[in-house]
Order: sequence, then structure tokens, then C-alpha cells
Amino acid sequence: MTIAKGDKNVHVRPKGQPVSPALVSGALLLLGIGLALADRLPAPVINNVDTTALIAVSPPPFSKGIFPCSECHKPEDKVNRTPRIVAEHETVVFEHDKKNRWCLDCHDTQDRDQLRLASGALLDFRESFKLCGQCHGTQLRDWTAGEHGKRTGSWSGQKQYLLCVNCHNPHSPRFKPLKPLPPPQRPEPSK
Amino acid sequence: MNQPQDHAEVPRKFSRREAMLGLFSLAALASVSQGCSTKSKALRAYFHKHFKELPPDELKEVLAIWEERYQRAYGKPVAVHATPPLAGAKFGYALDLSRCIGCRRCVYGCVEENNPSRDPQVHWITVLEMDKDKGIDLHHSTPYYNPATVPQPDKFYFPVACQQCEHPPCVKVCPVKATWKEPDGIVVIDYDWCVGCRCCLTACPYGARHFNWKQPGLPAGDVNPETEYLGNRPRVKGVVEKCTFCVQRVRQGRYPKCVEVCPVGARKFGNLLDPRSEIRYILQNKRIFILKEELNTEPKFFFYFGL
Repeated sequence: MTIAKGDKNVHVRPKGQPVSPALVSGALLLLGIGLALADRLPAPVINNVDTTALIAVSPPPFSKGIFPCSECHKPEDKVNRTPRIVAEHETVVFEHDKKNRWCLDCHDTQDRDQLRLASGALLDFRESFKLCGQCHGTQLRDWTAGEHGKRTGSWSGQKQYLLCVNCHNPHSPRFKPLKPLPPPQRPEPSK
Repeated sequence: MNQPQDHAEVPRKFSRREAMLGLFSLAALASVSQGCSTKSKALRAYFHKHFKELPPDELKEVLAIWEERYQRAYGKPVAVHATPPLAGAKFGYALDLSRCIGCRRCVYGCVEENNPSRDPQVHWITVLEMDKDKGIDLHHSTPYYNPATVPQPDKFYFPVACQQCEHPPCVKVCPVKATWKEPDGIVVIDYDWCVGCRCCLTACPYGARHFNWKQPGLPAGDVNPETEYLGNRPRVKGVVEKCTFCVQRVRQGRYPKCVEVCPVGARKFGNLLDPRSEIRYILQNKRIFILKEELNTEPKFFFYFGL
């Protein structure tokens, strides 16, 4: 980021509104500081949004009444590690490389409220993109840059990401077909 | 050239505009004995200077008159702003064709935001359906597709709206300078200045401009009350309109509406001058193309296949 932290005064002025000399000199001073610190063209700051702000992420979309998993799965439970279809989770349709993968490849065996990376490290559900990125590296790279997935918020300020799982069901990731909205009306035939 | 003293000053030249203003003001005064002040104010607004030459106080007056008219027409307050372009911003747009599923959420999101006529129907975005066999082939594409679900396996979808050209042919042909490219790269139209000749419709190679053949049918309940003078304020019969990258949103730092409603994240928007923007990442890392490159219009709307 190229704009100094103190640049809060730089804002959009509606046309026709007079500018006080103090504000001008202040803005010039801040601009001077900003330019001195800048190695590149400064991006505009709008509505006093700090563009260096952290990215807000919406919460993981848990099915209703399913989380925390530890309500049913206790750490001391004996675990059957044989890959199989688990009938208790009848709402889960598993279509995610099902030949080679199953629940415990992503969910931790002992602590069901967390995910598990290939390294064995535990991972909060809010950081699940790291888990997805283990296989889908190019997607993670593009998502981090804001190319993959949808960005909302402000193009110039704080941007909001969605997690991978907000759009792709982790158990069945392919995007589901949608009903299209109505086609445009054909022009009236000439009489 | 001996002139008598009282005739010495050079006779003042009247421009045609001023002469018309005088004539119409007289006519208005003659025909309306009551409520003159509002009428002449409306006339002044009708004969105001070109937008780029409007002094701030006159611009304020013009905006106020439109707000008054919209209040009367729709029975609710409609704000008309004239936000100046942002310094250090030049807008660019990218669309990932491999991700677009042709659901038309963008088309109707745009309608909701930009106050176009509902009846007759005006859409700023056209989504074209194309055959995967044929590739990008505008002549064999259709906007009227309507299957039960999209995407269809043998099709892909190609949304087209204003390409915000660096060399806009529409601007070149306008005989009255009612449309121009702003410093932030957005091609705008002053609906007060447009004479409805439709030269720009024929000049635009992308079919992005739309004409109001009839009085726009816009129910009061559907009016988006946050408007921009050069953008989404309600139009009148006989003027041309088109996509403005949602000028009323992007100059406030927000994303265009179509970017926000796209369910697959195929639409990308940002500042071309900001090296950290997602649009710059796409230009640097994806194989992008522009529509009808051979025309040298230099669109700031980029297409790519991201997957």
C-alpha cells in the first residue's frame, strides 16, 4: 500500500462545495508525506476506508444443528478408520474424488470441531481454504489475488472474500446448475 | 464610420441558444401568468450550459430541478448527484468466460440498479449463448436462450455490455457532444444534451447503446433513488442510454452491481492504475482478449478463460 496511515483527510468532495484553506494545506502536507513514502502511483482512498485493512471473511456455512461436531463425537470415542459411507450423515452426498477420499482425510479423527491438514496440523473451519489449497493450489493462488471467487465490498478499500465452501459444497464441489432468469423480449415486428 | 455617441458600443451578438432562451422565456411569460418563477427556472434548466461548462451553482440548480421532477413523477425523494471522477483511478473490467453460466443474474441486477425502462424493456447487458463447437461466433449466437437450467453442456455464455473504449466511436460520431469519456475512463451520456439522433447506436460495434423509443415505463416502486446525473437517473423518451460501470457506485468505491450479483464470481472490476488490484492481476496472469480488437476501439472490458 502506498498511502500513509494519516491520510484520513483525503476524501471525495462533492462538486460545488467550498474547501477550507486549512484542509487544502493539510491535504497537501499529507499528500507530500504520501508521495514521499510511495514507490508507486497512490491508489485513491474513498470514504476514509483504510485499504490496508484485513479482509473480512464470512463464516463457514454449517448445516443447521450440525456444529459443534463434538456434541456427538467425543475425543475418547473409538474410531473406525476404514473408509466407508457413514449412514448417520444422510444429508451428505459425497462426490469429491470419492474413490480416493473420505471423511477423515479432511476432518480430524480426535477433535471433530477442527479440520486436519496433510501435515497433521489442526485447522479452524474459518481457515478451510488452506485445506482446499493443499490440492487446488492454482485456485488458492488466484483466490488470494481476488481472481477466483467473488469479491464484494469496495474495489478501493476493504474487500470481502467468500470461503471456498461458501460457493462449493466441500462434499460435492461442482457448481450446481441454475434456472436462468427470463430471456429478453424480442423486438416488436414492424407493421 | 461616424457613429452617434449613444450607438457607439458594439452591438452584442446573441448566440442561437440565447436567442431561443429569450424567445421561449417570453412565450412562457406570455402564456403563464401564475407560477412564472418555477416555469422560468425549468426553462433555465432546459437551456443550461453543456455539463462540462456548468458553473457549480448552476449545476446545483440543474440537479435540484431534476430531483424536484423525480419527486413529482415517482412520489418519493430521488437524489441526483454529480460526483466528479476520482484522481488516480481508471476503471477496468474483466469477465471469465469459462466461469459464466449464463444465468442472467447480472442482467436483472443491472436493471434493478440503473433505472432503465421496464416496459418497453431496456437491458444494458446482453448475454449471448454460443456453441462450444463454433467458438466465439457473434453471428450464430442468441440472447433468447431459455433452457430449464444453465449451463447447457454444449454451450458457453458471452455477456456483452458497454466496453468503455479508450477510443469510443460513439463519442466520435455524436454531433452535439452529449457523450464523452471521463478521466476515469467511463463513457457517459448527458441525457439533457442528447438529441436522440442515434448516430452512436450505429457507431457502436458492440450493440451496447439503447434508445428510448417510448416514454420509459418505470414503476415508482422500482426506482433506485440513489442516482448520478451522468448515470442511472431516470431517462426520458428520445435519449440514448448504456452501461456506465455503475458510475453511481464505483465513484463511491463500491463494485458495480453486476459484479456483486454474479453467483459464480465471473465478473471482476478494479482500478487499472493500482498494481495491487485484482484487475491488474488478471491482465498480468491470464490470457485475456478484447472484443473486435481489429477496430482499434481499445475496450477496457477484458474477456478471458480462467480455467
